[in-house]
Parts: sequence; C-alpha cells; structure tokens
Amino acid sequence: MDANGQSPGPKTRSPGKPKARPVSPHIQIWRWTVTMAASITHRVTGMALAGGTLFLVWWLIAAASGPDAYAVFAGVAAHPIGEVILFGLLWALAFHLLNGIRHLAWDLGYGFTMSTSRLTAALVYAASLLIAASAFAVGMMVRGGLGL
Amino acid sequence: MKDTRLRTPLGRVEGLGSARTGTSHFWHQRLTAVALVPLSVWFAASALAYVGAERGAVAAFFAEPAEAILMFLFIVAAVYHMSLGLQVIIEDYIHQEGVKLALLVLNRFACWGIGAAAGFALLKLAVGAPA
Repeated sequence: MDANGQSPGPKTRSPGKPKARPVSPHIQIWRWTVTMAASITHRVTGMALAGGTLFLVWWLIAAASGPDAYAVFAGVAAHPIGEVILFGLLWALAFHLLNGIRHLAWDLGYGFTMSTSRLTAALVYAASLLIAASAFAVGMMVRGGLGL
Repeated sequence: MKDTRLRTPLGRVEGLGSARTGTSHFWHQRLTAVALVPLSVWFAASALAYVGAERGAVAAFFAEPAEAILMFLFIVAAVYHMSLGLQVIIEDYIHQEGVKLALLVLNRFACWGIGAAAGFALLKLAVGAPA
C-alpha cells in the first residue's frame, strides 16, 4: 500500500474511459537539425524521382513513336521550364543517391555517431548541389557541342 | 529455465513475423539500391547527353546492345525500388484501412505500368530501328 491507499503494481485501464496519455510532439515542435532535414529530404527527393519517371517514360515513348511526338517532347526539354525540371531531377537524384549510400553504410553498422551523422548529412547536401550543378553544366556543353 | 518468449514455436521456426513476408521488403529495397548506385550514375550521364537530342541519335544510342541492356536493368531496378519506397510512405501516412489497401494496389499497378511503358518504348527503340 502506498500513501494513497493503492496497491503498487501495473495499473490497468478501466474500460470505456480513455486516459489522457502524453503524446509525442509533432515536427513543428522540434528544433531543426541537419540529420532530420536530410531524412525528410531523402523521402521528398524519392517522391520527386518517382514523378520524374513520368518524364523518362514520355521521353522514351516520344522517341519510339515518331518525329511529331518527339518534337513536342524536345520543345519542352529545350524550354527554360524543361531545363529547371531537368536540374531539379538531377539534384534530387544526386541527393537520393548520396544519402542512399549513407543509409547503406548505416545498414553495415558504420557512421552512427552523432558527429559523423551530422557531418555526412551536411556533406550530402553540399556534394549533391555541387554534382548537380557541374553535371548540368557539362550536359549543356555536350548537347551544345553536338549542335543539338 | 522458463521460456518467457511470447512467440509461438511455429512463428519462431518460420521467422517471418506478423506480415508473413519477413525481411524481404527491407532486403529488396537495399538490393535494388545497391544496383541503382552504378546504374543511376550511368543513366544520369546518358540522359544529360541525350535528353532533347535528335531522335535519330537517341534511337541509335539505345540500339547499342550495352546501352539497351543497362537501360533495361535501370528501368527494372528503379521501378521496383520506387514501388517499395512509395509503399512505405503510404503505410506511414495513410491509416484508414480501405484507403490504404486501395493506394497500395494502385501504387503497384502504377509503378509497373510505368515500367512496362518505359520497357516497351526501349524495346521498340532497341530493335525496331525507327527511321
């Protein structure tokens, strides 16, 4: 018996009377960290890349269909909006790829300390932007060099 | 010593857990991820060089056996990886049982539909030799 005259031990829930239990704060409560941002960005870039497969399908089907269908696609690809979409997908792929390698390292048991995790998250952001920007620039030069 | 484990002997022998699929989702997600590391680098380089290029150049590129095979592998690995990833997102955020089931089915249909469309177009480019 404790001070309130109740028996110690596990308390049982009385039926039909839901107890107000503590709930975990949602994401707007937490202070943002680079590891948290990388986790969310991984999921968001994954969804963006899933949407990007529609452009891949469009490209391949247009090329396989004929000159008229391909001209429509090529027009969109050459448009500034098309270039923005291409750069966005390129960055999403670079981020998801690099952060995916980070995940695979974790699966093997490496890189779990907070300091390493923070460092690799920041590196993934920096490297993905650098890779996307330089690959995009090289791509433009290659296509320009081919006179396309 | 008293056996305090909560799992039944049959459950322990099968080792598949309550979803009956064991770790296959986790494992296939990683397997396709590892495959996609080199494949997506190859794909990004190829797409950057040939997106918006002349149709003849694109067709000639995918008519090369090595490029066609790599593209085929990329499509299969990417579509499978995508369906597994989107499945987890649906399972995480959709809690209404009927809606969840419908979206999970739709997800599989859509992903493999995309894969079939891309694969057919690739096949046509690789062996059809459009003028």
